[in-house]
Amino acid sequence: MTDVMASRSAAGPEPSATPGEDSKGRRTSPTRGQASRRGQLVAWAFLGPFMAAFLLFVIWPLIHGIYLSLTDQSLTGAGGSFIGLENYSEALSDPVMWTSIGNTVWFTLITTVPLVLFALIMALLVNTGLPGQWLWRLSFFMPFLLASTVISQIWVWIFNPQIGAANEILSAVGLEPIAWLQTAHVDLISIAIATIWWTVGFNFLLYLAALQNIPDLQYEAAAVDGAGRWRQLFSITIPQLGPVTGVILVLQMLASLKLFDQAYQMMEGGSSETSRPIVQYIFEAGFVGYRFGYASAISYIFFVLILIVGIFQMVVLRNRKGNS
Amino acid sequence: MSSTATATRTDDPQVDVAPIDVTKVRRTNRMPGEKPLGPARILAFLALALMALLWLLPMLWAIVTSFKTETDAASGGLELIGPNGVTTQAYEAILAEGNVYVWALNSLWTSAVITLITVTISALAAYAFSRLDFKGSRWIFLAVIASIIVPPQALIIPLYHQMLTFNMVDTYWGLILPQIVMAPIIFILKKFFDAVPVELEDAARVDGAGRLRVFFSVVLPLSRPILGAVSIFVFIQAWNNFLWPFLIINDTTLMTLPVGLQTVLSAYGVQYSQVMAQAVLAALPLVIVFLFYQRQIVKGVATTGFGGQ
Repeated sequence: MTDVMASRSAAGPEPSATPGEDSKGRRTSPTRGQASRRGQLVAWAFLGPFMAAFLLFVIWPLIHGIYLSLTDQSLTGAGGSFIGLENYSEALSDPVMWTSIGNTVWFTLITTVPLVLFALIMALLVNTGLPGQWLWRLSFFMPFLLASTVISQIWVWIFNPQIGAANEILSAVGLEPIAWLQTAHVDLISIAIATIWWTVGFNFLLYLAALQNIPDLQYEAAAVDGAGRWRQLFSITIPQLGPVTGVILVLQMLASLKLFDQAYQMMEGGSSETSRPIVQYIFEAGFVGYRFGYASAISYIFFVLILIVGIFQMVVLRNRKGNS
Repeated sequence: MSSTATATRTDDPQVDVAPIDVTKVRRTNRMPGEKPLGPARILAFLALALMALLWLLPMLWAIVTSFKTETDAASGGLELIGPNGVTTQAYEAILAEGNVYVWALNSLWTSAVITLITVTISALAAYAFSRLDFKGSRWIFLAVIASIIVPPQALIIPLYHQMLTFNMVDTYWGLILPQIVMAPIIFILKKFFDAVPVELEDAARVDGAGRLRVFFSVVLPLSRPILGAVSIFVFIQAWNNFLWPFLIINDTTLMTLPVGLQTVLSAYGVQYSQVMAQAVLAALPLVIVFLFYQRQIVKGVATTGFGGQ
């Protein structure tokens, strides 16, 4: 993971900035610091369109959501009177909300490890330079480009209890068939299997890029010292992949916590107690139960959950600064 | 969050790896003196082939099923060709229905508009953050980057409420506008503009060209590759987006492909080969895009880590 500074100094003779001063690495006109009125106007002409959209569709909803969560606003327009923290206290004592948070965290746990491990194995194998490179990349990354609808339809069909391929394969090897999406607890695992298949390609590409970044010299030096393949893997490759693994872990956790699309569609719009993720509960409270105020409160509880992981991420990534 | 830009770089969820072309086949990974076909390599090849097969099978399975008759599809079984042979019945039935065309067109043009607006406003803003001097630039940039942590799913309720007041529920604008703010793109483009040698612009400015003129005639031509890569990603994201289009559009004729297909899934019930044919049709445009732009897409993910869901 090369620092931007490094890539910039390659682009031109540039003093690299030090933290503490204006380290933006910006190079503006010599008049920098005494922005003229006209310069300000020009800058805002550039910024204006994006900032308008940013304020309107990110910042305002964020603030508006806090307001909504303190009212009993309904989807139909009724209600809207201020009720203080009632929505929050109701949510925190709502068993359905807690099970959906539990489901979401459980889903994150069972997807994150395989999504890192499979991606690593795939990247290591592809990186051996075996023939058929484009085919390997295509097979592992193609599913990532498909819409959640397509993924869900394919896997609902595979998991069909009577005629699905999954059970056909089970009975072919002499095992009992399973009602994949209709059994409590198994349903979320089935969704996890489909998700791993769908998204592992992205992590695989990140790992592959990181592997290509390890200088050949290191391997050559190790080979001269008589280190074998496995020795090289564990003393050069795996340690060098530390930073990218940290990044993948965090990105993956954040993505898994946001589960909705494929869970909603694979359960065909319904949801079971053991497979309902928190985002789906926001949706159900707001668009099925019409309770916009309550759904906003749950949205903010969900946001806090994401923030906790985000803060964890900052701490992790800060410790990994300056790695290549 | 610390206020130095060096810190913001580590605070953002982007992955920052050197621009190395992972699409280049590297064959230097054999041990010195190792045979091209040693037992280790054969084993690695078998493992790779097995995994690739596992990943390809679900897609192949969908394609195979879409060419079966409804009877054969409903009887299950793992054979590639059903007793009644190969047929395009499923595809004919879907295409005769007509809605698929409407949805595909909706997806195509709304994704194109979202891509155009997003990349345009992001490039302008990123240039301002990178080069222009204005009050509070650092804080505003920090706010934009910090917003990456806000999960869009947490904003659906207030956004929908907002769209109700704008009378934009069930309209194309209601579908498009909330999707044009993508903070990671600002970050990626700013990083690119930072690396453009400022001398190029200064030369043009000495000749009396204004900022806008310099931006359009000097900076943008240089940025074509990165704008292309970013555009591909925005397009794919817009094309595949499910949650927001699903909430904001109820009118069948305004639906995008993913949302439209989802509504018929339950309506079709057990028409398996038709459902699979739809999945294949919906996936087709992106498969084509990928085959054409494989290099850029792979490089884009590898160099920016952009495109995570």
